[in-house]
Amino acid sequence: MSLSAAQPNGTSPSDWQDRYWHVDQVLEKPGPRTDPSFLAGREVQEFLRDKCKILVIGAGGLGCEILANLALTGFKDIHVIDMDTIDVSNLNRQFLFRPADVGKPKAIVAAEFIMNRVPGVIVTPYYGKIQDKDHEYYMQFNLVICGLDSVEARRWINATLVSMVDSDNPESLKPLIDGGTEGFKGQARVILPTITSCYECSLDMLNKPTTFPICTIANTPRLPEHCIEWASVLEWPKVHGDQKLDTDDPEHISWLYGVAFKRAKEFNIEGVTWSLTQGVVKNVIPAIASTNAVIAAACCNEAFKIATSSAAYLNNYFMLIGTDGVYSYTFEHEKREHCPVCGGEALEISINHDWTVEQLMEMLTEKQDIQIKKPSLSTPLKPIYFQQPPQLEKNTRPNLEKKVSDLVAAGGEVTVTSTTLPFSLSLIINYT
Amino acid sequence: MLKIWSMKKNEDAMAKKKPKTSAAQIRVQKDLTELDLPETMRTEFPDPNDILNFTLIITPDEGMYKSGAFQFSFNINTNYPHEPPKVKCTQKIYHPNVDLEGNVCLNILREDWKPVLNLNSVMVGLQYLFLEPNADDPLNKEAAEELKKNREQFMYNVKASMKGGNVKGVQYAKVIVQ
Ligand SMILES: [Zn+2]
Repeated sequence: MSLSAAQPNGTSPSDWQDRYWHVDQVLEKPGPRTDPSFLAGREVQEFLRDKCKILVIGAGGLGCEILANLALTGFKDIHVIDMDTIDVSNLNRQFLFRPADVGKPKAIVAAEFIMNRVPGVIVTPYYGKIQDKDHEYYMQFNLVICGLDSVEARRWINATLVSMVDSDNPESLKPLIDGGTEGFKGQARVILPTITSCYECSLDMLNKPTTFPICTIANTPRLPEHCIEWASVLEWPKVHGDQKLDTDDPEHISWLYGVAFKRAKEFNIEGVTWSLTQGVVKNVIPAIASTNAVIAAACCNEAFKIATSSAAYLNNYFMLIGTDGVYSYTFEHEKREHCPVCGGEALEISINHDWTVEQLMEMLTEKQDIQIKKPSLSTPLKPIYFQQPPQLEKNTRPNLEKKVSDLVAAGGEVTVTSTTLPFSLSLIINYT
Repeated sequence: MLKIWSMKKNEDAMAKKKPKTSAAQIRVQKDLTELDLPETMRTEFPDPNDILNFTLIITPDEGMYKSGAFQFSFNINTNYPHEPPKVKCTQKIYHPNVDLEGNVCLNILREDWKPVLNLNSVMVGLQYLFLEPNADDPLNKEAAEELKKNREQFMYNVKASMKGGNVKGVQYAKVIVQ
C-alpha cells in the first residue's frame, strides 16, 4: 500500500493507488444503460468520495452490513443513527460488535469499527432517536438508507422526508432507500418522496403479527403461544395493575415464563420456554444473517447507483423470498391515491387576517374546486371545529366566532375532513 | 462570523419545526367527525384536545342489559388504523364476553381487525355484545355457562349484578341508570 499525494483518479490523498479499482470500472466509462446525464470519470468519483453525505438509520443486523458496504464502495461521509445498545444476542450477525462491546451504544461502536477498518471514512454516530432530529438535520444529506425493524420509525422518517419536499428547492428531495427483513424474507425499495409510492402507501402489504382470539387464550389453549399470551395479556394486568410490561426487562419475561409454564402444564401443552416467551411478547421473528446480507447489498447497490447515476436504479420494489428456495421479484409499487402522507399536496390558501373560522368554513363549502360539505377542522395540536361527536361539537363551537389567525399561525397547517372527502385535505394558511 | 451564522440557522430551524398532523390523528379525526351514533351511545373526552383517548358509554334500550350504562375506555396509538384501538370495560360487569379485568372478547378488536374498519365498527360491535351476549366465546366462564344452561337464571344474575349486587361471590359495579 503506497500513500502518494498525486492521484490519477482525483481522489483524496489518503487513497492509495487503485484503492477503488473495482468501483472505477463502472465510474470511468458509461455503459449501454447509463443515464445520459452520467458524466464518467473524475467528477462523479469526487462527488461520491468527497461530497456525498449519506445517512444510515439503524445500526443493527441490516445497519452493520450497510455501513460496511457503503464504506467499501467509496462513500466517505457517513452518518448513523441508532437508539439501541448492544445485546449479547446480537453478536452472531451484527459483526461490527464484539463481546466487550455489550451494553454500549450500537451507533458509536459501529462508527468506530468502520473508521478503524476503512481508512479515510468518517462515520458520525448519533446515539438516540430519529425523532430527536429536525428538518434542518435531515436536509444536510444527499441520501437516506433505512435498515430498521420498526414500522413506527419507518413511518416517521418516511413522513418527515415527504413533508420536507419543497417545490422551490430541488435539494429538499432526499431519496429514501428502505431495507427490511423477516426471517428468510426481505425487501429493498427506493422511495423518491412525493414522486414514487411511499412507505405509507404500501402499509397494507405488511404481514400482520399473529394474534389469537382472546377467548381461545382464556378457555381453550392448545399451543405454547396461547399460554404465553394468556400470561402477558390477561394475567400481567391482573397481577401488576397499572405497571406496564417492559418486554426488555428480563425479570418481566421470567415472570411471564413462570406463569405460562404453569398454565401449559395444567393443559398438557409442551414447548413453553424462556426464549419462546420473549419471542412471543416481543413479536420477534428470528433474524437470518444471510437475508440481512442480501437485502443490505441490494440497498447499497441502489445508493451507489443513485449517488453516481452510473446505472438505472430500482423502480421501485424488490422482494426476496428465501423460505422455499430463492425467489425474487421486482415490481413498481404504485402510489396510493389517498395516501395520508404523500397523497394530495397541501393546499395553500390566503385569507383575510380578520376572517373567522366560520368564514373559512363557508369558503371551503363554496369553493368550486373543493366543495366540502360539513367540514371538520383541526390544527396538529387540537380540534378547531368538529361536526361530531356531540361533546366535541359543543366544545369547539365557540371557536366558530374566533379569528382563524388567533388559532393558526401564518404558514400553519389545518387538517380538514368531511364525509364528502375520501380522505382528508391539508391546508396551509396564510394571511393578507 | 461562523458562530453568528450557526445561531441564525438554529433560529430558522426552530421556526420551521412545527408539528405535522400524524396519519393516525387524521384518521381518528375522520372517524370521529363522521360518527353517527344512536341515542344509546355517547362519547366523553376527559381532555377535549386529546382525541386519541376517550370513553364510550353504552346504554342499551332493549335486551337484558337494558337500563344499564356501560363504560369503555378507548386508547388509540400512533399506529392506528394499522393496529386496533385498545378498548377496555372500566367497570366490573357480569357478561360472558367481558372478564372481571375489563377485557372484551370482540373479534375485530384483535384477530379480525383490519385498517378499513373504523371506530364506528368497534362501537357498533360493542353495543351488539349487550343485545346478544355470546356463550360460545366466553371470557367470564361462569356467566357463559349460566347463559347456556339456564337463561332465566342468567337474566336474573344480570339484573342483580347491574344493581351492584353479588353474583357467586363476585361484587359487581352498579351500572343502573333511571
Ligand atoms: Zn404515500
